[in-house]
Amino acid sequence: MSTKKVKLMQGNEACVEGALYAGMKFYAGYPITPSTEVAEVSAQKLPYYGGKFIQMEDEIAGIATAIGGSIAGLKSMTATSGPGFSLKVENIGYAAIAEVPLVIVNVQRGGPSTGLPTAPAQGDVMQAMWGTHGDHPVIAVCPSSVKETFTETVRAFNLAEKYRMPVILLTDEVVGHMRERIEIPEPGELEVIDRLRPEANEADYRPYGVKEGEIVGRMAGFGEGFRYHVTGLFHDEYGFPSNSTKNAGKMLDHLMSKISNNYDDIVTFENYLTEDADYIVLSYGSTARSARSAVNKMREQGHKVGMFRPITIWPFPHKEVVALSKRVKGIVVAEMNLGQLVLEVERVVKGATEVYHVGRANGEVVTPADILKKLEEVM
Amino acid sequence: MENNQYVDQYFRKDRLPHIWCPGCGHGIIMHSLVKAIAELGWEKDDVAVVSGIGCSSRAPGYLDFNTLHTTHGRALAFATGVKLAKPHLKVIVISGDGDATAIGGNHLIHAARRNIDITTIVFNNNIYGMTGGQYSPTTPTNEFGTTAPHGNIDTPFDIAMLAGAAGATYTARTTAFHMNQMTQIIKNALSHKGFSLVEAISICPTYYGRKNKKGDAPKMMQWLKDSFIDVKVAEKLPEDKKAGKILMGEFKNVQQPEYTEEYQKIVDRLSGVK
Repeated sequence: MSTKKVKLMQGNEACVEGALYAGMKFYAGYPITPSTEVAEVSAQKLPYYGGKFIQMEDEIAGIATAIGGSIAGLKSMTATSGPGFSLKVENIGYAAIAEVPLVIVNVQRGGPSTGLPTAPAQGDVMQAMWGTHGDHPVIAVCPSSVKETFTETVRAFNLAEKYRMPVILLTDEVVGHMRERIEIPEPGELEVIDRLRPEANEADYRPYGVKEGEIVGRMAGFGEGFRYHVTGLFHDEYGFPSNSTKNAGKMLDHLMSKISNNYDDIVTFENYLTEDADYIVLSYGSTARSARSAVNKMREQGHKVGMFRPITIWPFPHKEVVALSKRVKGIVVAEMNLGQLVLEVERVVKGATEVYHVGRANGEVVTPADILKKLEEVM
Repeated sequence: MENNQYVDQYFRKDRLPHIWCPGCGHGIIMHSLVKAIAELGWEKDDVAVVSGIGCSSRAPGYLDFNTLHTTHGRALAFATGVKLAKPHLKVIVISGDGDATAIGGNHLIHAARRNIDITTIVFNNNIYGMTGGQYSPTTPTNEFGTTAPHGNIDTPFDIAMLAGAAGATYTARTTAFHMNQMTQIIKNALSHKGFSLVEAISICPTYYGRKNKKGDAPKMMQWLKDSFIDVKVAEKLPEDKKAGKILMGEFKNVQQPEYTEEYQKIVDRLSGVK
């Protein structure tokens, strides 16, 4: 008989449980609906694990403090929603250029501005990619259930630690607040990755020098005997500022290649009844639940419809979507916004198939009926 | 180079020369900080120096500690993360008047309120130097900056007073002219448990000085010498002798529960309890 702990849990709570499973020891943030439970549960639980929680004076301080905790050597997380995410983008850029592992949770709500604080949305998809200024690497993952919120939070930490960069867990109010049954994985059941650290007495330590066969420089925590420099300026392998355009180009290549060279390791997705499908519903997060239901309904009626669900939303699973586009009659992108990820789908399929959009941004979810109606319209 | 024992021991010599203009007061403050650390005998591995953006915020790059150059105004928030994550570290924030009290003002008052054991040294040169001489929250009323071409109508902050009112448990003001006093004050601030703030008055002959016809660097140093009097001396002086003078010295030195120690008590009580 399985001895696994089975619980009825909220998405935001599962996020914290996943973070603790992954080894989170530090949380800094600011309260905001509908992500607040992530902070509340972290505040409650972290001291039991020898970890630290701090509520900061604002959203900007929340992420800055979490970055400080990570530089001091602890696995760190911060969480927010819509308006708070707008404020966090400043230091997402800092974590990207300074190569600091960090998980940023964005439980999306209706916007723009204060918008619809208690209603769901998927309006921050493009902001997650392009929110901070300048070219930079982005990883954003998008769970669509409570169980997946747990496992994707673990994976977000793993990716952050492995690639030394901020990773965004992009959930929404529906996934954050709904309660579902979840079996808590046993210790050791899921892989947990820790950042590589330098050897104890490593001579000529280069925090940004990548060793043969490794992806990023080894990262020492402050106070661990390596006195190095961290800056948001373009810098050399030692971390010191450099104005050299040649160096800046080299550094950007390194930052971007962390993603481009490791597509298969980072990109995850679900194919649901896509093998023989004529039409595909492409959907993610809570909207994918409606999409699955719509696909089932269409199958009952004998139509060959499937669902493609990006779990990693950035980098976008372009290889798989391009392959699908060459053998289907159309792709219906269902999302809780007025047309965001659909732009990326159109961009990558380059007219190989018809691309349609069904979505809304008024705080109501996209229902199975909405998707069915669109499918009937285009098929 | 005379008196270079501190340079040899505490500076990243390959990062020098620094970027500061001739006559800038910032080097004196950086020197005082290093001298204070040397006199306290702190291990370099145990010291973290965190800064924001601006002229003063370039100092950590020259210093051989754990150094963190962050985003504009956010140094104290990053430093709070470093300190809470690793409380054994001696965390020092170097900031400017604009960095600490304009864009970073919220972080300053809340770090002070928490009484977290961080020493903040504000290099106050009364101007935004890095961007070329715009008025800052400490530019005196009626003076000039490139964005106050008709005279500044703002009222300046008293940074030491601001920090003390917000809850800092140690506050002091000193100047680049009064170097011995500055070293002693920084030493006291570093030794203090809780949030300490030192407002270190610097000089910026290139922008603030030129815009306001204050003369060259020696003239500005003379102005520091003539304008500032120690708060303890001022107590004994008649009113007419104090007129127009600016107070320096230690303003506040009290003991209050320190943030990371209080948090550690919670961890100690709950850690391992399931």
